[in-house]
Amino acid sequence: MGVIDIMDAKGTSSLGNPNPNILTPHPSKSSVAIRFLRVLSLVRHTASSSPSSRACRIRRAACSCMAYSAGPRRAWSRALLRKLVRRRRKPPRRDLPRPAAIIRRRRPVGGDRLEVALRRVVPGGAGMEYCRLLEEAADYVKCLVMQVRLMQSIVDFESHVHSVNKRSEIDPGDRN
Amino acid sequence: MSGRGRRITDEEINELISKLQALLPAESRRRNAGRMSASKLLKETCSYIKSLHREVDDLSDRLAGLMTTMDSNSPQAEIIRGLLRS
Repeated sequence: MGVIDIMDAKGTSSLGNPNPNILTPHPSKSSVAIRFLRVLSLVRHTASSSPSSRACRIRRAACSCMAYSAGPRRAWSRALLRKLVRRRRKPPRRDLPRPAAIIRRRRPVGGDRLEVALRRVVPGGAGMEYCRLLEEAADYVKCLVMQVRLMQSIVDFESHVHSVNKRSEIDPGDRN
Repeated sequence: MSGRGRRITDEEINELISKLQALLPAESRRRNAGRMSASKLLKETCSYIKSLHREVDDLSDRLAGLMTTMDSNSPQAEIIRGLLRS
């Protein structure tokens, strides 16, 4: 398929030839990367004034890329997607259809402070059983780590390219 | 999906706890040699998730800052466009 691995592109000297390594065989990693890059290029081309609103958009993009790649099989990704969709429609709708399983769930009995804190931090964690909560937290951590690594490598790549650009500006190759 | 009728066994919880512990970063694993208690694990996981959120925010800020210094005709935009085409 020839997906270029930007995470290995740090060592490139010439800008025209990015390192053509094939991405490691984790299918969702490349899909997250491509989706995130697409959204980034969209954000860049929108005429947005302040970097803080851009940062907000990028943060939301990161969340949505994570959630879309995890898909509907995970409760935390479903909860994240619901939150993102709800944010786009301004007034929250009361008549959202709730699946039957949630209505029949066993309400968590207060729980200790730590469990409550974990429920608050994991999206959609409020209504789960304890076992489910631990599973979802594990998957959420995995995806978060992957997203952080992806963003870190993009930032490294861009700042590397940026510094190379600056150097070539100071010393132009050809003189007229 | 029907809920579990039976009680959740201790082994299942222990298994989930060790799985979660394996995901935490290496430093915290070194600090807590051997198995952590459930409460310690919850605390570590909470703080780890929060720190990951902070990292995402920080990286978003940096990316937004980097974007303002790029223009659309620069070579790296070409690379990214090439990535998206393939």
